[in-house]
Amino acid sequence: MRWLFNLSFRRKIPLWTSFVISFSIFVVGTALMTRAYEDMKRAVVISASNLGHTLANTVAPTLLHDDVWRAFEIVRSPIHGEPAQTPVQVDAVVVLGRDHKVFVSSDPDTLPMLTEPATLGADWILLSKHLGAGTKWPLVLEPDNSDYLYVALPITDRDAQLGHLVLRYAKSVFHPWFIDSLWQGLGIGLLVLAVLIPINWYWASRMATPLVDLAQRMGRILEIEPEPLPPDLYPYHDELGQMFQAYDRMALALREKAALENEVVKSERLAAIGQLTAGIAHEINNPLAGLITVVDTLKLQRDLDPRTLRNLELIDRGLMQIRDTVAALLVQTRVQARPLNQHDLEDIHTLIQTQVSKRRIRLEWSAAMPAELPAPASLVRQILINLLLNALQAAAEGGQVSLWLGRKDESGSGLSIVVRNDGVLLSDEQLVRLFEPFASTRAGGHGLGLWVTYQIVTQLGGRISARNIDGQVEFVVNLPLGEALCSTASA
Amino acid sequence: MTQSIPNLLPNRNRRRWLINSGCLAAAGLMGLTHKAKATESKLRIGMTPAFLHDQHSLLDEWREFMSTSLQRQVEFVQRDSYRETMDLLRLEKLDFAWICDYPYLHLKQEVRLLAVPLYQGRPYYRSYLIVRRDNTQFKSMGDLSGSVFAYADPYSNTGYLAPRYHIRNLGHDPATFFRKTFFTWSHRKVVEAVASGLAQGGAVDSYIRDTLVHVEPDLALRTRVIWRSPEYGFPPFVSHRSVSAADFQLMQKHLLEMSTTERGRNLLSRLNLDGFTIGSPSLYDGVAHMMRAFGEA
Repeated sequence: MRWLFNLSFRRKIPLWTSFVISFSIFVVGTALMTRAYEDMKRAVVISASNLGHTLANTVAPTLLHDDVWRAFEIVRSPIHGEPAQTPVQVDAVVVLGRDHKVFVSSDPDTLPMLTEPATLGADWILLSKHLGAGTKWPLVLEPDNSDYLYVALPITDRDAQLGHLVLRYAKSVFHPWFIDSLWQGLGIGLLVLAVLIPINWYWASRMATPLVDLAQRMGRILEIEPEPLPPDLYPYHDELGQMFQAYDRMALALREKAALENEVVKSERLAAIGQLTAGIAHEINNPLAGLITVVDTLKLQRDLDPRTLRNLELIDRGLMQIRDTVAALLVQTRVQARPLNQHDLEDIHTLIQTQVSKRRIRLEWSAAMPAELPAPASLVRQILINLLLNALQAAAEGGQVSLWLGRKDESGSGLSIVVRNDGVLLSDEQLVRLFEPFASTRAGGHGLGLWVTYQIVTQLGGRISARNIDGQVEFVVNLPLGEALCSTASA
Repeated sequence: MTQSIPNLLPNRNRRRWLINSGCLAAAGLMGLTHKAKATESKLRIGMTPAFLHDQHSLLDEWREFMSTSLQRQVEFVQRDSYRETMDLLRLEKLDFAWICDYPYLHLKQEVRLLAVPLYQGRPYYRSYLIVRRDNTQFKSMGDLSGSVFAYADPYSNTGYLAPRYHIRNLGHDPATFFRKTFFTWSHRKVVEAVASGLAQGGAVDSYIRDTLVHVEPDLALRTRVIWRSPEYGFPPFVSHRSVSAADFQLMQKHLLEMSTTERGRNLLSRLNLDGFTIGSPSLYDGVAHMMRAFGEA
């Protein structure tokens, strides 16, 4: 039985509703059939008592005059030769005398004259018992295990009771009529079912399909990122619709949480890398300073043979390269900083002109800023140069690069820098590792440009992100503004 | 067969109503017109269950034939029992009547023998004792002792007198021989009572039962004859003694000559008769003998 309850709603709803419909039709049908049977019986009794009264009145004089033949003609008048065809057609008419013996009957073969009820079978014995005084007329008798229904009336002349008239109805005639009605009822029931079941099936599957879809999505929620539901899946606002909306809200929250987690993981990794590189840089810088001093001192000695001098210069250049690299890794925001002004932007515009014209780039320059902004000018300059040069490199030959710089909104206190290029889009893999050192995808790049930019931005308390949008690669930097930033900077 | 029964009652009632209203109309007419002339012009003939008197179309045709032949108005007066017809004769409400031999002897003082029908060429018939065909245990009257028995009419010879005489000759008392007896008031209905099983035995006119075998074989052949009585004079046509000699002769001539015309022969064959003869009252000595046996004459 349990498997029935484990069925999918797609099957269960139509099955259950079909069952309920069929059951209701069955119950209503049975009630109607029972009613029909009772009605038929009542019709028989009504017809019987009408006929009985007429016959009893007509037959009374024949009992008075002991005119058997006239009585026989009277009781035979409602019998039409063939066996009864309708339930209201009487099967046999019997006149019982005062002594309850058969005076005359319409069927002398089975109910002969002068017969005692005792010899006619259980039905007649029972009937004879009921024919006493105090009986409510007409007497309707349906003996158990009998094929007949009996309706009896007294035959009276004035006050004198002359005998009884008994009408016998064959129940075997009821049954075909009843079965006829049963078939008719069954036919109508099946017709109703034939109409209702497909409608029910359609309606149930309409309801079940979105439910099943939802259940499948819920089942996969921990495995893959939940997608928004198709808007036409269930566009109504009943409880089901509310559940779908709740699911959508939950899916949105889950997606945001996942994005946030990704961001946190990325930031933590970059912070860890930053810490590591800073530590290594410091560890290298201390002995490096000593080594550089020693090499400088050695180079000042006069008696050096040319070969040694050459070797010392080789060592000196190597040490210098190490120092540059370490310096690049160890991004340090200067302690002293002046505020950013429009001249800084003009400088940068001038600086990148060479690259722009060399690669025939269309440059869109949209820098809306007041004369002065409370942001560290040198660091912002470095950020801008890094991002713009990066974009110019990435853009296709004759491509387009755009810069937008300004406050995010009037009330906001942040500075936004947006740089776009129409070069090759970034892959998901690239997006994840974009700001890590030596992650360059470009031939010839050392991969420290974005790393330095990231370090500056995060050290200034801002945020940097990259994405593909409208077929372009976009870098967005948000920096907080404030006097504190101009005077202090973390190391 | 059985289907005709429910129709019988209303028909009879209607017939009675028609006759009654006819009588009323006639009485009214008589009051208005000259009485003697009215009675002379119309011949009233009583028809009884001595033959299959419920063949209405046959009766209509016969009356029309008679009326045309006699050049007189003819009225057939049907009654369901001999007794009623006998009363009408006594009251001079009828001029002629076809009655059973037994009533004829009862009314001998008031009627004259007019003509006797010829059945199978002779003016005789019998009484049959019939039982149901499918009943094989009854072989003679003695076997029917204690059964339910159907008589035709208390004034019928073959349907009452003859069987009772037979029982008496067997040494029984006809009053107690059967468990129950009843009258059907017609020979045809005796056959019906026996065929339906209402009565185990019945006494019936041989002429009527044999005619029924041709007319209604389905009914008649559900019975079989287990005893035949001696021959008796056929139920006669009688005239009241008050009927004028001219009318008597006119009617007698008409009956005797019936077999000479095409139409008459046709009617006779439908009545299953061959013709009429003058007959003699001595034809009925056998009946008179039985009546004497019962102390009736």
